[in-house]
Amino acid sequence: MATLEIRDLHVSVEAENGPREILKGVDLVVKQGETHAIMGPNGSGKSTLAYSLAGHPKYTITSGTVLLDGEDVLAMSVDERARAGVFLAMQYPVEVPGVSVSNFLRTSATAIRGEAPKLRTWVKEVKEAMADLQMDPAFAERNVNEGFSGGEKKRHEILQMELLKPKIAILDETDSGLDVDALRVVSEGVNRVRETGEVGTLLITHYTRILRYIKPDFVHVFAGGKIVASGGPELADQLEENGYEQYVKGGAAE
Amino acid sequence: MADVTTTPGGATTSGSIKVAGVPGEFSQPADARSEALASYDVADFPVPHGREENWRFTPLHRLKGLHDGTAEATSGAIKVDVTAPEGVLVTAVERDDARVGAAGKPVDRVAAQAFSSFGKAGLVSVPKDAQLTEPIRITIHGQGGVAYGHQVIEVGAFAEAVVVIEHTGDAVLAANVEYLIGDGAKLTVVSVQDWEDTAVHAAQHTALVGRDASFKSVIVTLGGDVVRLHPRVIYGGTGGEAELYGLYFADAGQHLEHRLFVDHDTPHCRSNVAYKGALQGQDAHAVWIGDVLIRAEAEGTDTYELNRNLLLTDGARVDSVPNLEIETGEIVGAGHASATGRFDDEQLFYLQSRGIPADEARRLVVRGFFAELVQQIGLPELQERLIEKIDAELEASVG
Ligand SMILES: Nc1ncnc2c1ncn2[C@@H]1O[C@H](COP(=O)(O)OP(=O)(O)O)[C@@H](O)[C@H]1O
Ligand SMILES: [Mg+2]
Repeated sequence: MATLEIRDLHVSVEAENGPREILKGVDLVVKQGETHAIMGPNGSGKSTLAYSLAGHPKYTITSGTVLLDGEDVLAMSVDERARAGVFLAMQYPVEVPGVSVSNFLRTSATAIRGEAPKLRTWVKEVKEAMADLQMDPAFAERNVNEGFSGGEKKRHEILQMELLKPKIAILDETDSGLDVDALRVVSEGVNRVRETGEVGTLLITHYTRILRYIKPDFVHVFAGGKIVASGGPELADQLEENGYEQYVKGGAAE
Repeated sequence: MADVTTTPGGATTSGSIKVAGVPGEFSQPADARSEALASYDVADFPVPHGREENWRFTPLHRLKGLHDGTAEATSGAIKVDVTAPEGVLVTAVERDDARVGAAGKPVDRVAAQAFSSFGKAGLVSVPKDAQLTEPIRITIHGQGGVAYGHQVIEVGAFAEAVVVIEHTGDAVLAANVEYLIGDGAKLTVVSVQDWEDTAVHAAQHTALVGRDASFKSVIVTLGGDVVRLHPRVIYGGTGGEAELYGLYFADAGQHLEHRLFVDHDTPHCRSNVAYKGALQGQDAHAVWIGDVLIRAEAEGTDTYELNRNLLLTDGARVDSVPNLEIETGEIVGAGHASATGRFDDEQLFYLQSRGIPADEARRLVVRGFFAELVQQIGLPELQERLIEKIDAELEASVG
C-alpha cells in the first residue's frame, strides 16, 4: 500500500531580500485510500507544500524528508515524481500554446504508463472520462489551458487525474472559482478515483464547501507554514463555524 | 492595432505605425525604405560602414567581403540543379534579357554587387495556364568559395506552381531572386537555408505580383554563419495577394536576418506576414524587420504582419522591428504584432509534472510555438519535414 511520508519539511523561496522560509516543519503521512483535507488561510503556505512535493524549481527544500513507499521523493526530478505516482492538480494550471489537449494527454499517459496506450482503447477511455466530467469532445482539440475558463481548467486537471491514476493526488484549491454545478461535477470526478481505493488524496482548500462533496478522513489546519491542528471531519465543521482566527491569532501564524 | 512587447535582456522589440497627417512620434518608418536608393549598379551604393539604418544589425565583418567589393567570385563555388516537370522552361539568359531585373532593382550594396557580378541568370518559366502537379526543385549546393547569382522565376497568367529552393553546403553567396507572377497566377515558393555553419548568404527576393495573382513565400532559415534575406513584394495590378511565412532557428553564434518589405502601391491588394523564430546559445542573433508601406493610391489594402521569437537560452538576442506606414485611410485593415519571449519554465514544469521528461517537454513547447505557423504553410509534405528539422535543431541543444 502506497504511503507518502512528509517529515519536518522546511521550504524557502528566493525573495527580494534573500531566502524566505515558507514551510516551517510540515509532518504528514498520507496512505493510499485516505483523504486528507488541508485547510488554511490564504498565504499560509498550502500551495508551497503542493509545489514542493511536485518539485517546482522555485522552492528550495532546506530540511526534512519526503518518502513515497520509502523512496526519496526529493531526490527525484519533476517528471520522475510524476512517474512514481505523485500528481498535482494545480491551483493555476499553465497554458501551453500550440499543444493540443489530446496530444498532451497521450504524451503524458505514455510517460506515466511506460508505454503508449493502445489507440483504440485510449480514444474510448478519454472520451468516456471527458463525458463523465461533462466536457465537450471538441475540447480535446484545443490547446492546453489556452483560453480555458476557470471551470474548464479544473475539469481538465481532474481529467488528467482520472487518466493518470496517481498513487498520491494533491489537489490545490481545485474548488476555488467553481460554481456549484462545476464543483459537483469536479468532485464526482475526484470521488470516482477515490472509490478505486488506490489513491491517497491531499485535498487543499480554503473553504469547507468542497467537503460536502468529498468527504475527508482527516482534516488538518494549516497556518504559518505548518500543520497546527489535526482531527477528523468534525474539525472542518468547527472551522466552518469559527473560521481560522483562533489558529492565526494563536501565534501559530507568522 | 499594434501589439509590441519587449522582453528585457537580450532582446529588443520596437515598432511603429505612422499614419499620414498625424504628427509622427516615430523616427524610422517604412518610407525611409521606399525613398531609398535602388540601382543595378554597385557603384551607386557606398560601402556600408554599419551605422546605416539597413545595415545596423548586420555584422559586416562576417560578410566575407560581399559588401565592399573584395569578394571575388570563384569558379565552382556553388552547384545549381533544377528539376522541373515537363512543359516548364529551364534555361540561362543574359543580363540584357527583359525579364532580368523586371521585378525591381537591387536596393542595397550587396544585392547590387550580386547584380553587377553574376554571369548568366537562371530562368525558370512556367507557361500560362499550366497547372503543375509536381514542384519545381532548385538545389543550390555550396562547394566553398564565392558566388554571385541571379534567378528569375516566371509564372504565366493563370498558371499554378510550387517551387522549392534548397541551400546546403558551404559558400559565400550573394544573389537576387525575382518572381514574376502573371495575372491570376499562383506561386508558392519554399526557400530553405540549411547551410553549414560557415556559410554566408545574402539575397534579395523580389516578387512582382500580377493582377488577382497569389504569391506564397515560405522562408526556412536554419543554417549558416550569416544569412541576410530581403524578401520584397510589389503589386503589378489590383487584387493581388501575398502571404509571407518564415521560420528560423538560430544557434550559438549564428546571425539570421530577415528584412521584409511589402509595398502596397496598388489598390485592393492583401498581404499577410508571419515569421517565427527560436534562438538558443551564446550570441545567437535574429533580426526581423517588417516594413509595410500603404501608399496613398492603395485603397482597399488589407495587411497584417506578425513576428514572434522564443529565446530558449540566455545569451541569445533578437531585434524585431515592425514598421507600418499608412498614407491612406481608405483601407480594409492594417496591423502588426511583435513579441519576444523566454522559454517558459512554468510550461516545462507543468508538462514534467505529468511525467513527461524534460527534453520531450521542451520539444513539445517549441513544436507548439511553431505549430500554428507550420499549419498555415499548408504544404503537408513540408510540414512533416519542418517539424523534423525543428526537432533536430533542438536535439543539438538538449543532447
Ligand atoms: N516567489 C515568492 N517570493 C516571495 N514570497 C513568496 C513566493 N511564493 C510564495 N510566497 C509567499 O509564501 C507565502 C505562502 O504562499 P502560498 O504557498 O501560495 O500560500 P497559500 O497557497 O496557502 O495561499 C505567501 O506569503 C506568499 O506571499
Ligand atoms: Mg494557494
